[in-house]
Parts: sequence; C-alpha cells; structure tokens
Amino acid sequence: MAIKTEPFVLNLGPVHPSTHGVFRMRTTLDGEVVVDMEPVFGYLHRGIEKLAEERTYTGVIPLTDRLDYLASMSNNLAYVLAVEKLAGTTVPERAEYLRVIMAELQRIASHLIAVGAFLNDCGAFMTPILYMIREREKILDLFDMVCGQRLTYNYMRVGGVSHDIPDEFLPALDKFVRRMPGFIDEYDRLLEKNEILLVRAKGVGILPKELAINISAGGPVLRGSGVKWDIRKADPYSVYDRFEFDIPTGTVGDCYDRYRVRIEEMRQSVRIIKQAMEQLPLGAVKSEVPHLIRPPVGEAYAHIEAPKGELGFYLVSDNSIAPYRCAIRAPSLINLTALRDMVRGWKVADAIATFGSIDICMGEVDR
Amino acid sequence: MTIVETSLGLGGRLAALPPDWPGGYWWHWLVFVVIILIFVVVMVMAFIYMERRGLGRLQARLGPNRAGPFGILQPVADAIKVLLKEDIIPAKGDKLVHWLAPVVAFVPALMIFAVIPFQDGALLVDLNIGILYIVAISSVAALGVFMAGWASNNKFSLLGAMRDVAQVVSYEIPLILSIAGVVLVAGSLSMNKIVEAQSVPFILLQPLGFLIFFMAACAEVNRTPFDLLEAESEIVAGFHTEYSGMKFALFYLVEYTEVLALSAIITTLFLSGWRGPLLPPFLWFLIKVVAVFFLIFWVRSTIPRLRIDQVMAFAWKCLLPLALINLFITGLEIVALPDGLPWFLIFVNIAIMAVLILLWSRFFRLGGGRVEV
Repeated sequence: MAIKTEPFVLNLGPVHPSTHGVFRMRTTLDGEVVVDMEPVFGYLHRGIEKLAEERTYTGVIPLTDRLDYLASMSNNLAYVLAVEKLAGTTVPERAEYLRVIMAELQRIASHLIAVGAFLNDCGAFMTPILYMIREREKILDLFDMVCGQRLTYNYMRVGGVSHDIPDEFLPALDKFVRRMPGFIDEYDRLLEKNEILLVRAKGVGILPKELAINISAGGPVLRGSGVKWDIRKADPYSVYDRFEFDIPTGTVGDCYDRYRVRIEEMRQSVRIIKQAMEQLPLGAVKSEVPHLIRPPVGEAYAHIEAPKGELGFYLVSDNSIAPYRCAIRAPSLINLTALRDMVRGWKVADAIATFGSIDICMGEVDR
Repeated sequence: MTIVETSLGLGGRLAALPPDWPGGYWWHWLVFVVIILIFVVVMVMAFIYMERRGLGRLQARLGPNRAGPFGILQPVADAIKVLLKEDIIPAKGDKLVHWLAPVVAFVPALMIFAVIPFQDGALLVDLNIGILYIVAISSVAALGVFMAGWASNNKFSLLGAMRDVAQVVSYEIPLILSIAGVVLVAGSLSMNKIVEAQSVPFILLQPLGFLIFFMAACAEVNRTPFDLLEAESEIVAGFHTEYSGMKFALFYLVEYTEVLALSAIITTLFLSGWRGPLLPPFLWFLIKVVAVFFLIFWVRSTIPRLRIDQVMAFAWKCLLPLALINLFITGLEIVALPDGLPWFLIFVNIAIMAVLILLWSRFFRLGGGRVEV
C-alpha cells in the first residue's frame, strides 16, 4: 500500500529563533524537503525613507544608523557621501582616512556577527557567535572611544566626521590590529576542518554566478559566487584607491564559499586599517559646511561597499534644507531575493543555514 | 594514618557491604527507590548547574552566577520559576495524550536506574538480563516524545517528533550491536557481572565499540550533534514547543535524566563502573559519570548539528557496518582465546579501530541532499 503524502505549509517566522529579526519564510514542505519558499518581509518597516524627507540633511544621519544596525558606520558613510556629492563639499584628508578606518572596523564587526550567526544557524550551540562577539566587543570599545556610542554611532558628518579621535584611540587600534589576525586564524583553525561544518555548508544553497549577477547581488554573496566585484576597487570612493588589498572570491557560490569570503575579507580589512594608520595625516577632520545645508537642485547617487553588499543612497534636492527624496539601495534586501532559488529542494535545516549565510539585517531589509 | 590509608579503609568498608544489605525484601525496595530518586534529582540539578557553568567557561562567558554562591541555586530557581508557570494546552491539541506524554517519557528514563550498580551489589534489582532490560526500556521514551509531538497539534512539534522516531529507530541497531561486543567479552548480561568482569576497562578492549556506543547513545538521548528533534534554529523547540509549566519541566528533567542514565551506562559498560583504586567505589562511579557528562557537553559546545538525512546516512552507512565488524572481530577473539583476553589485545584492537576509522573517513562521505522539486 502506498502511503499518500501531501506537502504542507510551515511558517518559519516572523517570530522564530533564527530569522535574525522579524522575517517570515512561508515554506511549503514535503516532509523535510522545501518544495517552495516565499519570503515575506515588512514587519520592521519604519518608513525611514519617508522620515528622511522631513529632516535636515544632517538630521538624516541618525536615521541611517537604524538601517543596518550591525554596520551603522557604513550607513553613515554612504549617506554623507551622497550629500557631499549633491552639495559638492570637500572633505579633509584626515577625515577621509578616519572614515576608511571606521568603515573597515565596521566591516570586521559585521562579518564577525555574520559568521557567528551562520554557525549558530548550522546548530553550533552559541559557542562560535560568543567567540566572535568577544572580538566585536573590542571594536565596539574603539567606536565608543571616538563617538561615545556602541551601536548607533552617528559619527560621520557632511564634510568630515563629528570629532577627531582621542589620544588613546590610535594605541588601542594598533593593539587591536596586531592581535586581530591571530584571532581570525584561531576561528579558521576551529572551523575550517570541521567535518560537520563542511558537510553542512559545502555544496549547500548554491547561488550560480549568472543568477548572482542577474539579481544584482552584492558583497560576500556575489563574491562567494566567484564574481570579482568590489566597489572599493570598481568605483573607488573616499581614499580607497590608495590602499592595497585583494578581493577574495569563492568558486561555487555555496554557503561555505560565502563563509570563506567573509573570513578572508576580515583579513583584508585589517590590512587596509594598517595602511590607513600608517598614512593617517594630521589636520582638520571637518570642512566648513553651513549649519543648514541647501544643496543645489539636482540628484546624486553614492554607493559604497558595505559589509553586506552595495549600499547606495539616492538623493534628490529641491534646494530646501531637507532632501526631496531619499531612496536607499539596501544590499540585504537585494541579496535576499535569491533565497527562494537557493533553498528549493534542500531540507529545512539547509534553508535556515543558507538564509544565515546570506547575512541580512532586517532593519535594512524593511527600512 | 595517612589520607591514602583512610580512603583505602573506607573503600574497603563500603565495598564489603553485607550481602543482604539493607535488609529484607521490602526494605531493599524502599531504600533503593529512595536512593535512586534522590540520586537522580540531585544529579540532574548538578548536571544542569555544571552544564550551564561549564558551557559558560567554554564559551568565553561566566554562566549563571547570581542565585546563591557561584550560582549554585540556579537550578532551584529555575525549577521554582517553571513550576509557577501557567500550564497551557493547545486549543485543538489532544488533551489526554498531551498530558500523558511527559509521563511516558519520564518513567522509562527513571526505570533505567533500577539496574545501574552504584557500587558492588548496590542496585535495585540485579537482573541477569540487565543490559537487555535497559535497551528495551529506553526506547519507550521515544513514544513519549512522539505523543508530545502529535498531541501538540503544531507542525514544529510534529516535525521534531518524526525526526526523533526516525533517529531513535536507526540508532538503536548500532547501539545494541556495540553492546553485544561488551556482553561477549564480559560473558554476562547482568550489569554487576559486567563490572566485575572489567579488570581492564572495556573502553580499552572495545575502543571501537565505545565510540559507536557513545555516538549512537548521544543520538538516542538527542545531544548535539544529533539534537535534531529540538533543533532550536530550525524547528524552535521541537516536540516540546507547546509545553509549559510543570510538563515542560518534566521534559527538561527527562532530557537530563536520560543523559545521566547514558553516563551511568557508559560508566558501567566501558569504564569499569564502580571499580577503582583508593577511593570508595561509589565515588569512583560518580567521578566517571561526571567525566562522561563533561565529554557530552563539551561536544555540545563544540560542533554544529547534522542534517536529518546525514544523521540517517551516518547511522546506516557508517555506524552499522562498523558495529557489525566490531562484533565479528570480538567474536573471533573470543573464539580464538577462550581463556580470557590477554592484555596485548588492547593495542591490537586500538590498531584495528584506527584502520577502520581511517578507511571509513576516506571512503564514506556525507553530503548531497538536494532533491529536484
């Protein structure tokens, strides 16, 4: 007698331990196999793009902190770059270097959480993420020194940064930069040869190169699929053209490649910070900008390589003190659109692991 | 008198309990039932405390340290909290089965202790089929889990319960086959006789059997990396998603009672139970149980979880053939050396284990798993 089976719908989320916030995967399961998956988002929508139209250009910066709250510095940077492009502001050298240092520290912090959370989704009981958080704490301490905040920094300003760094910052940063490669090696040693991690991540959740390009994925998701594309190299902003670093890429585009790319990128970030520390000039950290910025009528788009992908801000000015329109290209959202193709046919556990390997932040997806 | 002599004397005194201790039939039952209940409750609390503190240290954090000195009262605080919680039954759940499931899961876990020798002859009943009884009783717990998953009327619970049944049925086979090796060497099914036969701990004579038993037993009691039925990141809490209050506490108790039982069984079968020099036998038993438990939560804190098809493949393609080979080799050794196994077999067996594991790790690959939909 053949047993009749039928697929059933299982809502993973919006409140679920591993949806990284309030994300809902409306999965159709055949036993354990994911037959279909529909991502549902919008539970964290706060209307940041609309709110930005009511605030001054400077007043929008704190809002950007709340986008990808694991990488606030990068959000700040992308936004102020857009405003500077719009208003034609020049930025002092020292501020440019400080921005690069902060953005790269932020990349390390964000990737630490990404790798830790991915392993948590694979079922490692909290240990990897707590080890990662141990190092992230040190980065947060550094941020605390420069801007007094540990999560929402509000540090970048149009035309520079809000404060110069305190005296104790550079020694602390130097210590961190010297120690961090050792910690990255430690994670690598602990995880690289782990048989269970390999069978759970290798070949799982493959994002083919063509699909990755077609959905305009960015960041480690794109590079994991083997596309050598990094905005820091492809369209250098700030002073990134003065540093030497490599773009790590994967080959297959599976969860393991994305994980490897993140580990390698942390190494490259440390390299960039080292160079930036050596080259860091003296001088002002903020150019003279009016209190209320009134950019000329026009529009500007600035994009950066945020930890999660290409983060872009598109601003339209009508010569008033507030942006007429502020549109955000959120990398998390765009990377997430590939999820269905990546998880179909895999088991529930793989769907969760793949979702974790994309590394999204719901604050940015829903905005 | 030196400390060594004192402990020697103590050990000697305790080991030489009168054969009819603690008295007549009913006295024996009463005393041992009380001992077992106290032992289980106290050890479960100690395990919860040790695991939480130990995991804290392994994970570069402190662990609970607020309730009482060093957080020792944390399990008590947890117990009080969970007892005061509201008991919720899903509206469309099966009330009777939902109520019965934790009991069905808990009783067998407790019954295992009836045949665990705490020291020489100190056990509730010295069944001559002790280990067989354990195997039979312990698989009943899966029924409780499945009842819970079914009665909750929740898809997460059902998924967890299905995983548990599939897993327990699969891992039972290598588990029993690895026990058979021990039974062959010991020449008895009685737990106490098995301990008496271990002048050399069987972990040395049966290294492969120990590994297979350890992994299969971890899968039986759902510890990482086989904790699929309560895979938090996937199916929330698995079969006990819909449980709260006392019933949830009972499931929690079941989990740790099973781990305690597993540690006790491994101690008895492979680590020569209560035998040991100097210290009193009961203390040896405790030390070994705690050591095995440490190994279990060390594994838990270290490695990620397997996927369900990989868990199955591991049982059928890796553990089962290895267990059969182990049984075959053990049988050959027994037939070839009927007058007891000489000590050099330890090295032979360890070499055989190394070769087999190397072979399997070379030719056996987990993986695949994608289905065309």
